[in-house]
Amino acid sequence: MSDTAIAAPRRRRLSATRQAGIALVLAWAALAAFGPYLAPYRAGDVVNVGVFAPMSAAHPFGTDYLGRDMLSRILHGARYTVGVAMVATVLACLGGVALGILSAVRQGWTDSVLGRAADALISIPHLMFALVVVAAFGTSLPVLIVMAAISYVPGSYRFARALALDINAMDFVEVARARGEKTTYVVWAEILPNMIVPLLTDFGLRFVFVVLLLSGLSFLGLGIQPPNADWGALVRENINGVYEAAPAVLVPAVAIAALTISITLLIDSFSGRDRTGRSREGVC
Amino acid sequence: MVALVEVSGLHVTAAAEGGEPSDIVRDIGFSIERGEVLALIGESGSGKTTIALTLLGYARRGCRIAGGSVRIGGDEVTTMSPVELSQLRGRRVAYVAQSAAAAFNPSLRLMDQVTEGVRMRRLMTRAAAEAKARDIFRALALPEPDRIGARFPHQVSGGQLQRLMAAMALMTDPELVIFDEPTTALDVTTQVEVLRAFREAVRERHTTAVYVSHDLAVVAQIADRIIVLRDGTMRETGPTSRILSEPGDAYTRSLLAAATPKVQAPPQRPQMASAPLLEVRGLMAGYGPISRQGRLATPVLLDVSLEIRAGSALGVIGESGSGKSTLARVIAGLLPAAAGTLTLDGVALAPSLEARGREELRRIQIVFQAADTALNPAHSIERILSRPLAFYHRLSRGEQRRRVQRLLDLVKLPMILLERLPSELSGGQKQRVNLARALAAEPALILCDEVTSSLDTVVGAAILELLAELRRELGLALMFISHDLATVRAVCDEVMILYAGQVMERGPGRVVMQAPQHPYADLLASSMPELRPGWLDGIDATRLAEARGETVRPSHSDRCAFVSRCAARDGRCETEPPPLRRFAKGSDVRCHRTEQELLARQAA
Repeated sequence: MSDTAIAAPRRRRLSATRQAGIALVLAWAALAAFGPYLAPYRAGDVVNVGVFAPMSAAHPFGTDYLGRDMLSRILHGARYTVGVAMVATVLACLGGVALGILSAVRQGWTDSVLGRAADALISIPHLMFALVVVAAFGTSLPVLIVMAAISYVPGSYRFARALALDINAMDFVEVARARGEKTTYVVWAEILPNMIVPLLTDFGLRFVFVVLLLSGLSFLGLGIQPPNADWGALVRENINGVYEAAPAVLVPAVAIAALTISITLLIDSFSGRDRTGRSREGVC
Repeated sequence: MVALVEVSGLHVTAAAEGGEPSDIVRDIGFSIERGEVLALIGESGSGKTTIALTLLGYARRGCRIAGGSVRIGGDEVTTMSPVELSQLRGRRVAYVAQSAAAAFNPSLRLMDQVTEGVRMRRLMTRAAAEAKARDIFRALALPEPDRIGARFPHQVSGGQLQRLMAAMALMTDPELVIFDEPTTALDVTTQVEVLRAFREAVRERHTTAVYVSHDLAVVAQIADRIIVLRDGTMRETGPTSRILSEPGDAYTRSLLAAATPKVQAPPQRPQMASAPLLEVRGLMAGYGPISRQGRLATPVLLDVSLEIRAGSALGVIGESGSGKSTLARVIAGLLPAAAGTLTLDGVALAPSLEARGREELRRIQIVFQAADTALNPAHSIERILSRPLAFYHRLSRGEQRRRVQRLLDLVKLPMILLERLPSELSGGQKQRVNLARALAAEPALILCDEVTSSLDTVVGAAILELLAELRRELGLALMFISHDLATVRAVCDEVMILYAGQVMERGPGRVVMQAPQHPYADLLASSMPELRPGWLDGIDATRLAEARGETVRPSHSDRCAFVSRCAARDGRCETEPPPLRRFAKGSDVRCHRTEQELLARQAA
């Protein structure tokens, strides 16, 4: 009986936007994982002599500039767009958070060196940086992932450092220090748990940026190489379809938009809770 | 004559997320005659501010005036349109908020902000408004009334800023002024002066006012009538003198009792012969580099020495900025001392945390003022309390659980709190958990940094009682830091008064409180509001002049730190640092004056 009394105040009903956000993001994740198995055709199969065919029962999204099934192309591309961006964002955030906490806890010259390095890196436009890296190393999956990760580390670093600095100055961290706790305990048990929600928000935002960066790169022809294609590349190869009002150019663009919007939806519900969560509960 | 304010059947609700709206206040009815000052008194959550705000036709976000009527000068406020409300607010009804520092725009000059309201409404020309503002500055006893308006908010003191905010409210000659805890954030010595200025201004202008406060002693000085509130309902209402002398309601009586803390009997006579538990000698601490002369760039503590015996309690009193919290941090090792020695049981303590042993750390525990930020919001109460047990005593899981339950018992908290997060606890409960965490280490000494200041009086009194009980049962030594003389007097055997990082007077509690005192100790003692109407009138002009002085920053200088505010100063005070001497009454006093000279002054 007492158990329910304790658990009750902590259980919160999820808002509608958050539910929608979670559902959509899960759907995209499933698409990335199982997309290729669901696709009716292989990515490179020319299935229809008509190019830029309109939507039909056989080809729900029409066909592309070579007469390939657009639905299959999208499903195969999901893995590249969602998967590559996910890996790159995870790397960027892990690196940024680790360095940010290090900076906030150690302070002194560690902070200065890391801070200036981040400033230097952040001053280079992302796409410019990507073009230089691709020009130097050629384009391949590992290069794309590492490049995207590196270019988003400084932002994540700055965000994590600011958060950790704030928490580091709180009394409960002082208490832990005065108790004689080691820095690793202070970071893991006291600082990190209080950073999770804002970090998730930041992760989502950065994921969106990475998707857009990679799509942009593919649009320029420097991303994923044919016959494979992520959604950005799909827009580029079918760009001539614009003049024929072909769904082939529209659908991948809509997919990119839908992916980023659904992630933003989820993020917004996070930060919304963060802003008002306390005041909703507190005495007015 | 019709009353200016008439409130009846007032009901304010808060919209709960998806659920039934809950009541914040209900069935509130009162009236205020013209020229009368009404006090709303109660603890946090009693609805006092909510009621005061309805007089402006305002309910805070998420709240709604659900019923009843609020009439000001015959006009119904609850049904006013936004246009009518903006005619009312700031013009007929003005509001003075608790934190003036947060209410002023730091990048605008004070005069522009004080006159903004009347200029915006085109009630006065700029010249007329500024002339009027200067008159009000004068009435509120602000220094340099003709020039203070040209300053920015950070260039005046907290007490002055609070008065400037009152000036802003008085610009339109409002029919009703609402003071919402206007002196709560101020030091006692400043509070006297601000209170005095408010009361003079209110009397002179026959202003009708509502004074919201949790402090009965403050209210006793300013209000004609008092309404006692609890949990959103009115418990008692009546003239100030009657409420104070013959409280009718049990709750009012408990408020009155809490306002004058009982002196807790010392657990046992601490043996004066025994070696001190903690000994501090010539402590200097602060920030920035140390010069070749051994001076800190920004000193906070200068030459502080003290002793705490096992089982005894030392009270440290001082205004904000006196260095009292820094003292606790230095002893705990959070801020390494720049000079001086610390010894624990005769063994030298390293200045910094890293160099201290775990056992040394365990024996000194620190409890911070703000229980809200001292507990990790992501950890359950059980986890918070278990950690010191695992860390210092390396207990097994089962043993930890048993000890945590015993700790909760010790601080009188129910077991069901174990699984809760700190955000689900009340302020008093959090402070108890905070204490329990320190107790878990089984320390010899607890450094309590203003542990009751952020709590309501009744809750604070309960915490004080708990501390006294813990001392009796566990033989704990305490260093009790506070700005409140009454609290310290109730808890401590010895008292130390800090001013600008220096010990001004130090000695046994009762001795420090008796004449002659260091002039600063004397000022502090006479600034504590007493629970009787008319106390404020009894304060003489010299006192007020002293109180008006601004607190000085600690510095390495050759003059007495208190000289600018001291009524007993003479030539030496400006040129020589005063010595710390033992007076015949039994305490050490840092003053050039002899005991006889001070006694003669303070007896008069």
